[in-house]
Amino acid sequence: MNSNKHTLTMLVDNEPGVLSRVVGLFSGRGFNIDSLCVAETLDPKVSRVTIVTQANKPLLEQIEKQLRKLINVVKLRDMSDDRAVRREMALICVHARPENRDEILRLVNLFRAKVIDVASNYYTIEASGDADKMTALIGLLKPMGIKKIARTGTVALYREPKRGI
Amino acid sequence: MELTGAQILMTILKEEGVDTIFGFPGGAVIDLYDELIRSDLRHILVRHEQGAVHAADGYARASGKVGVCLVTSGPGATNTVTGIATAYMDSIPLVIITGQVPTQLIGNDAFQEVDIVGITRPCTKHNYLVNHVEDLARILKEAFHIAHSGRPGPVLVDIPKNIGVAKTDYQPITEVKIKSYNPTYHPNTKQLKKALNLLKAAQRPLIFSGGGVILSKASDELADLAHRLKIPVTSSLMGLGAFPGSDPLWLGMLGMHGTYRANMAVSQCDLMVAVGVRFDDRVTGKTDCFASGAKIIHIDIDPTSIRKNIPVTVPVVGDCRSSLTELNRMIVEEGIQADETTRRGWLDQIVFWRDEHKLAYEQKETIKPQFVIEKLYELTRGQAIVTTEVGQNQMWAAQFYHFDRPQQFITSGGLGTMGFGLPAAIGAQVAFPEKMVVDIAGDGSIQMNIQEMATAVQYNLPVKVVILNNRCLGMVRQWQELFYDKRYAHTILEHAPDFVKLAEAFGARGLRASHPDEVEATLAEGLETKGPVIMEFIVASEECVYPMVPAGKAITDMLLV
Repeated sequence: MNSNKHTLTMLVDNEPGVLSRVVGLFSGRGFNIDSLCVAETLDPKVSRVTIVTQANKPLLEQIEKQLRKLINVVKLRDMSDDRAVRREMALICVHARPENRDEILRLVNLFRAKVIDVASNYYTIEASGDADKMTALIGLLKPMGIKKIARTGTVALYREPKRGI
Repeated sequence: MELTGAQILMTILKEEGVDTIFGFPGGAVIDLYDELIRSDLRHILVRHEQGAVHAADGYARASGKVGVCLVTSGPGATNTVTGIATAYMDSIPLVIITGQVPTQLIGNDAFQEVDIVGITRPCTKHNYLVNHVEDLARILKEAFHIAHSGRPGPVLVDIPKNIGVAKTDYQPITEVKIKSYNPTYHPNTKQLKKALNLLKAAQRPLIFSGGGVILSKASDELADLAHRLKIPVTSSLMGLGAFPGSDPLWLGMLGMHGTYRANMAVSQCDLMVAVGVRFDDRVTGKTDCFASGAKIIHIDIDPTSIRKNIPVTVPVVGDCRSSLTELNRMIVEEGIQADETTRRGWLDQIVFWRDEHKLAYEQKETIKPQFVIEKLYELTRGQAIVTTEVGQNQMWAAQFYHFDRPQQFITSGGLGTMGFGLPAAIGAQVAFPEKMVVDIAGDGSIQMNIQEMATAVQYNLPVKVVILNNRCLGMVRQWQELFYDKRYAHTILEHAPDFVKLAEAFGARGLRASHPDEVEATLAEGLETKGPVIMEFIVASEECVYPMVPAGKAITDMLLV
């Protein structure tokens, strides 16, 4: 992973306008957002926001401080290192010419992806994994003709302790 | 107890100790106003909503209390934005109540509807739209709590019209707890010890104090530290008054229009104790050259201010007053003293710089603006509450009026809002009816909120407006003269009102001086007049503010007189 890339996860109040405060902070202060994911947690009053950003150390410190300053941000964590797991997902619609179908299915298996829709000339593939895996899969499918693609941002969770493992 | 939203608002304003609000009514707040006239709250009716926010801001800066304003939806709300941003940049505690269209109409482009919560999100400390009357009491209590605690700032509460009349059971809220909002007041002892060690070792220490010292009422503690260890003090524009302008350790303001000695001291110090500052670009100039030989201790309650612009050796997150109190206690406990000889050398060096380039001007046939301010300082014996507009008038006020106490100098530092001074003076005068309040203005700035003269007259608020009339937008003209080959693009005000007649038209008194020998008499007459006065001084139009550090240059690269 690019050492300037950071995955920040925050728990925020699940209220109207809160996401706007978070992204407004990024745009207003010239911080960068590579990807963004938001959804409710088990507690319906709290949402989890995951942002991937690029920043050097002092800038990252400033981003974290500014986020913590938002009154609706309850908790913030840097999920960039090995103490966290990170995944993203993509739906990839690839041109399935008869001569390529085997190769596509081989790649789907290799990457532990799934074909979730088959049309006359296209397969739609569902894949998930870390950012590198997604980039690799997309790179391999590209020569066959990707018609369209929908990717999510990264979601991340901290690993729980592995005592006695 | 069952109350309407409007009644809850009045009840909570009272609970929060509010006695005066500044506002302007309109359709969406009629119900709130209908309750207001039945309460014993004092309401100052301004002539433009921007004036309401600046007045509440001036009131807050002069008194240290939370300023409150009440305006209607749509244009009423958008007119407050400049005032809110002004308060936000300077960390002034305000609660702004805006009316909103009824909840069922929100999003329909209703008459006088605007998404003011969306608009003000980046320029408020926090803001709220009240969706249910049951939430109103909690939101208002939170708004006051957030506005004045931690690093203060403006909080906006948007109240839809139907919420004002809706009823709910009201239970007083005694304690406000917001789980994700806990400002750090008490500094970390380890950090203070590190700071102490730096203070012990320093040969050429310098204190750089800012608005945070005034906001946290830490002037006495600051003076204690400076006097105990004989550390010279400079300050940002926002910090003027926190350390007495007449103290021998005082260096004057630093930065773009700072004194020669202050900027030189910054460049040569080996330790900077920065208290309640945020290292604005107007202070630092080129950051690489700012205090480049110094270790920096930075005390601030807002962690985002630390290491934002300038790397810091010892960060101390905490309230300025508790941090300085604790630091002073440790200094006494350990019996730390300044080494007489090294300190003498440092202070002598500063005296040398002082004598090398003093703030200066030459008073010839036309009135010099600096002369007017010096005379004003003499005649008011340095005791007036001074507000300013923005530009040259503001810088000369900062340089030539020597402020001895905090909350005495009221100016728009961060945002640099022209039109701030007059309404802010009105607010300060409301807070202190017996004190002399003077707005130092330029002919450009004063026209941006001149309508508030009517407010001053209506409430008999005896603010004194000193217009330094140079017939141009002087600060921009100065830049054009110095850096744009004298191409004066639209900075010459070829037409101006007759300010004397204008004052009279508002029902105030108008005076004018055109020659240097009239200055003192005009000021004396104006200051003695009961009621609001405009004093116009026809000053030299080519006068520039010096020293000046060109934008982006090191602060030792000063253009001097």
